[in-house]
Amino acid sequence: MRANTWAGRNKVEVRDVPDPRILNRRDAIVRITSTAICGSDLHLVDGYVPTMQDGDVMGHEFMGEVVEVGAGVAPERLRVGDRVVVPFPIACGACGACASELYSCCENTNPNAGIAEKMFGHPVAGIFGYSHLTGGFAGGQAQYARVPFADVGPLKIESDLADEQVLFLSDILPTGYMGAEMCDIQPSDVVAVWGAGPVGQFAMDSARVLGAAKVIAIDKEPYRLEMAERAGHTPVNFEEVDVRSQLLELTGGRGPDKCIDAVGLEATHGSAHIAAYDQVKQAVRLETDRPHVLRQAIMSCRSGGVVSVIGVYGGLVDKFPAGAWMNRSLTLRTGQCHVQRYMKPLLRRIESGELDPTRIITHTLPLEEAERGFEIFKNKQDNCEKVVLKP
Amino acid sequence: MELTATTTIRKPASEVYAFWRDLENLPTFMAHLEEVRTTGDRTSRWVADAPFGKDIAWDAEIVDDTPGEKIRWRSAGDADVPNAGTVRFTPAPDGVSTEVHIVLVYDIPGGTIGKAVAKYFGEEPHQQLDDDLRRLKQVLETGEVVRSDGAPWGKRARKEFPQRPAQPLSDAELAKGADR
Ligand SMILES: NC(=O)c1ccc[n+]([C@@H]2O[C@H](COP(=O)([O-])OP(=O)(O)OC[C@H]3O[C@@H](n4cnc5c(N)ncnc54)[C@H](O)[C@@H]3O)[C@@H](O)[C@H]2O)c1
Ligand SMILES: [Zn+2]
Ligand SMILES: [Zn+2]
Repeated sequence: MRANTWAGRNKVEVRDVPDPRILNRRDAIVRITSTAICGSDLHLVDGYVPTMQDGDVMGHEFMGEVVEVGAGVAPERLRVGDRVVVPFPIACGACGACASELYSCCENTNPNAGIAEKMFGHPVAGIFGYSHLTGGFAGGQAQYARVPFADVGPLKIESDLADEQVLFLSDILPTGYMGAEMCDIQPSDVVAVWGAGPVGQFAMDSARVLGAAKVIAIDKEPYRLEMAERAGHTPVNFEEVDVRSQLLELTGGRGPDKCIDAVGLEATHGSAHIAAYDQVKQAVRLETDRPHVLRQAIMSCRSGGVVSVIGVYGGLVDKFPAGAWMNRSLTLRTGQCHVQRYMKPLLRRIESGELDPTRIITHTLPLEEAERGFEIFKNKQDNCEKVVLKP
Repeated sequence: MELTATTTIRKPASEVYAFWRDLENLPTFMAHLEEVRTTGDRTSRWVADAPFGKDIAWDAEIVDDTPGEKIRWRSAGDADVPNAGTVRFTPAPDGVSTEVHIVLVYDIPGGTIGKAVAKYFGEEPHQQLDDDLRRLKQVLETGEVVRSDGAPWGKRARKEFPQRPAQPLSDAELAKGADR
């Protein structure tokens, strides 16, 4: 089959690879009809996530049709011919973490758990197409994928919704939603979201759905800010204004009640000298992540507020404002999304028209053009917000 | 050399104990074992996996057996690598899970066998046992050892770093894998 693969730093390549087979009894093979490129994929391509290998099949946002099921999958759960959206964390459904709905921390699905434990203190779940640290599972930017624990994760789509309406249930819609849910939003809340990428956009929409009084979008790309504005959110361009002052202005000096980091470890900074400090440290690996947004969110949030982190961090950060966090009673919440927890309720919100995930799709390309897709998404060319690939 | 490891499994102690008590199950999750065959009520014959030292086999006997709580065993006769083990099963505070605590003691000899065993365990010998218990947990909670494209052969995952790429296996690899 054809698949988009990691070919070293800053390089992806669509290649011929073998077709996937059933390896475990509870596997299914899915023929992929739609897949997407994610901001998380950029961290892999930019070389910030260790244990990627030449030839790794990329992609963790995909859906399609079940073409084969293992002997351990009960037919009432999944059958050949079912149309499914596949959540990006692989979860067993039986361990302590899964019992607590902490699916992205599943204790059983990462064959390289020992390596992950070294980096993170405790291991994390397997993830499709997301380095060997999270298991070494081939991803979904391909014609077919092997889906382990197919009787646990995949969501069956039984209505006639288009792929574009449900594809993002695999990751970014639940992720944005979880970012807002962790904020414990009250009707009077002003919620500020750093990053107007796909994840940020969905965090903003979710904050609105969960009842926030006002939602602020922070980014530097005018077209992304305009997209947020069209959806009813208030834009702040961090290259044009001082973010903290602007947030105080927009909240009568209180600061946002809730702050969501939807940027993560590759944040850039409006102030050149601060940006340079972290870029140099990151380049020489004294620091693995650039925590501009995390710092700014903590400094901006009102006392007693919540800072909710869904942007990905991989390792260590420098100059974490522990004093502000501690002395002002802030709550820090975070996680790789527990996608399985949110798929069904969010499908209902899509069906009812409360959420429209299609609003962020700017490009639909054949899988063969994955390389170009990565380029325009990464470099913010051609007003690119989200790329959907068709195998 | 003494190794300890522990894990928590979301199954009752009676079930975890019963799985372990059938010593023939041990090679499904313990990387250094090729085969364990029961030879009597308390006696068994153990065969090591090749990297542990080729053609090593020994007899073992269970010296303490408390159903649902504890099993102790030790190698019998003149084993090349005399060894002993204890595994205890205790209820976890959540009321549904079982904590598994294991201690293995190896009396590592000199010579080529000693070298092979030392090499097998490497610089952080307890890691092998941690991985063994992770697989025990996988088998009991999910039914099997979990395989990925990068680590398709379960028990060998850690030894294979850097791994094969995370892309599907070819027919040749699948055929070769099957008879390892
Ligand atoms: N927690 C999860 O489960 C999960 C799931 C999916 C994605 N993610 C992560 O979410 C993050 C965003 O993903 P995406 O697909 O939207 O990526 P993206 O790269 O398209 O968007 C990131 C946006 O952040 C903006 N940005 C950079 N520096 C900023 C700053 N200092 N202040 C404000 N905005 C800034 C960029 O201009 C860009 O528009 C990534 O880190 C991704 O890995 C997490
Ligand atoms: Zn993603
Ligand atoms: Zn689990």
